[in-house]
Amino acid sequence: MSESNTDRPIEQPEGEIKIETRGLNLFYDAFRALTDINVAIPARQITALIGPSGCGKSSFLRCLNRMNDLIDDARVEGDVLLDGGSIYEDDTDVAQLRKRVGMVFQTPNPFPMSIYDNVAYGPRLHGFGGRDSLGEVVEKSLRGAALWDEVKDNLRKSALDLSGGQQQRLSIARVLAVGPDVLLMDEPCSALDPTATFRIEELMLELMERYTIVIVTHNMYQASRVSQHTGFFLLGELIEYGSTVGIFENPKDQRTDDYVRGRFG
Amino acid sequence: MRVLPRVTPRISQAIAFALLWMAALMVILPVTALLVVMFVKGRGSLSWSLVTSTEAGGLLAPIVGTTALVTLTAVIVAPVGVAAAIYLSEYARAGRLVRLIRLAIVNLAGVPSVVYGLFGLALFVMLLHFGRCLLAGACTMALLVLPLVITAAEEALRQVPRRLREASFALGATRWQTVRRVVLPNALPGIITGLILSVGRAAGETAPILFTAAFYSLTDPFPKSLFDPIEVLSYRLFVIATEVPRIEEGEKWATAAVLVALVLGLNALAVIARARLRRARRW
Repeated sequence: MSESNTDRPIEQPEGEIKIETRGLNLFYDAFRALTDINVAIPARQITALIGPSGCGKSSFLRCLNRMNDLIDDARVEGDVLLDGGSIYEDDTDVAQLRKRVGMVFQTPNPFPMSIYDNVAYGPRLHGFGGRDSLGEVVEKSLRGAALWDEVKDNLRKSALDLSGGQQQRLSIARVLAVGPDVLLMDEPCSALDPTATFRIEELMLELMERYTIVIVTHNMYQASRVSQHTGFFLLGELIEYGSTVGIFENPKDQRTDDYVRGRFG
Repeated sequence: MRVLPRVTPRISQAIAFALLWMAALMVILPVTALLVVMFVKGRGSLSWSLVTSTEAGGLLAPIVGTTALVTLTAVIVAPVGVAAAIYLSEYARAGRLVRLIRLAIVNLAGVPSVVYGLFGLALFVMLLHFGRCLLAGACTMALLVLPLVITAAEEALRQVPRRLREASFALGATRWQTVRRVVLPNALPGIITGLILSVGRAAGETAPILFTAAFYSLTDPFPKSLFDPIEVLSYRLFVIATEVPRIEEGEKWATAAVLVALVLGLNALAVIARARLRRARRW
């Protein structure tokens, strides 16, 4: 290792840690997409990951719920701990892992089914019981995603008839319905207009009380508005990590400074 | 030194357009000519009683037989073809096995249909003791259209956007749950269309059923079980055109017209089914 992690301005947070990565490396075939990421993500707070396109922040996010497993030539080295236990054991139940670590994608991706069936999809997968209680889960999840009031009279309507912002909140409701502890959000607002973006950001601040949220964003204002912790990625390396205020107001690495001041990226 | 007069871009464009237009027209012409000749020559013999009659020359038995053959072929080929397509599209990772399977599909599609007929005779009729019958014919036809069905179904599965699969996996679904609840329902219109078009091809084939299923009977034309031989339109046409003397010219053309109408009808059904099912599902 030419440049050890300890030389870097990486301040691990105090308090309860939800996710921890140890020497995490990700390869796509021979290409090294992530180099030696050591980071601790605090429980029930919002952690933002920023950096220019192709810096590895989305790839990192996909290591946390093992979505990279779906890519044929992706290979992970090192470890990721969730509540202290490795998620890369040979006998890790990946379906159960993804139940605990939900993900919201860049473009809203509702299934071509009714609003109700979209939210009920997860509970039905995992063998949910009676109809009444399923209805309750759907309502609770839609309320949790601040969508209930807009759709409660049209639950049988196709989810594809919703606006982009509503579809993204539906995606969040769908994730909440399986009862995760962690929400991974991969640029959840990049396809939305400012009003819809504002609603999602408000929602994130509400959800923070109960969920650990990790958000990838290329919008630095968004990172500074919603997050308590920020990590800056560049070329597959975690350059700087610490409190959001610290990263934006007093960055320690010159490259972080250049990036948050908009000098590149 | 220029001998020929310079061709301006305007003129070369006009020539190119004319040639391409004629080439495209060449597709329409034979089809139209065929249909027109067939219906004009067969017009005298085409009648409602022709297609509903079981008398000599009546086409009810071969229509029933062809329909039974096509339906049974679809029932046999659909599960195998769709399952293979799901494996290739959703499960298989690129490698030697997949290359081998694809090679087999390409080669299966290239085998002449008469070879299928002989193979069906050897395997289903003789080795498995089905005898010359509906079941043996449908099994042989199923082999013939299997590569078409696999290819069409795989194409339909690949059309389902990746983001829907990712959404499902991210909610903790297994691969099979994702296939069953998201991918398959959304690919169904394409799969059904491909299936109908493929078996439509089977409806017009003669060689595969020549040795395995078809017969020409004036006394007992309807199959009573899967193990009875059947009359088939394509085979009837083959027989009356080559083996039975003193058949009126018009009757042959009329039989051909009914066969073509049946195949075109199936194709139309495929197009309608696709439009209907597409309207219900979109993304």
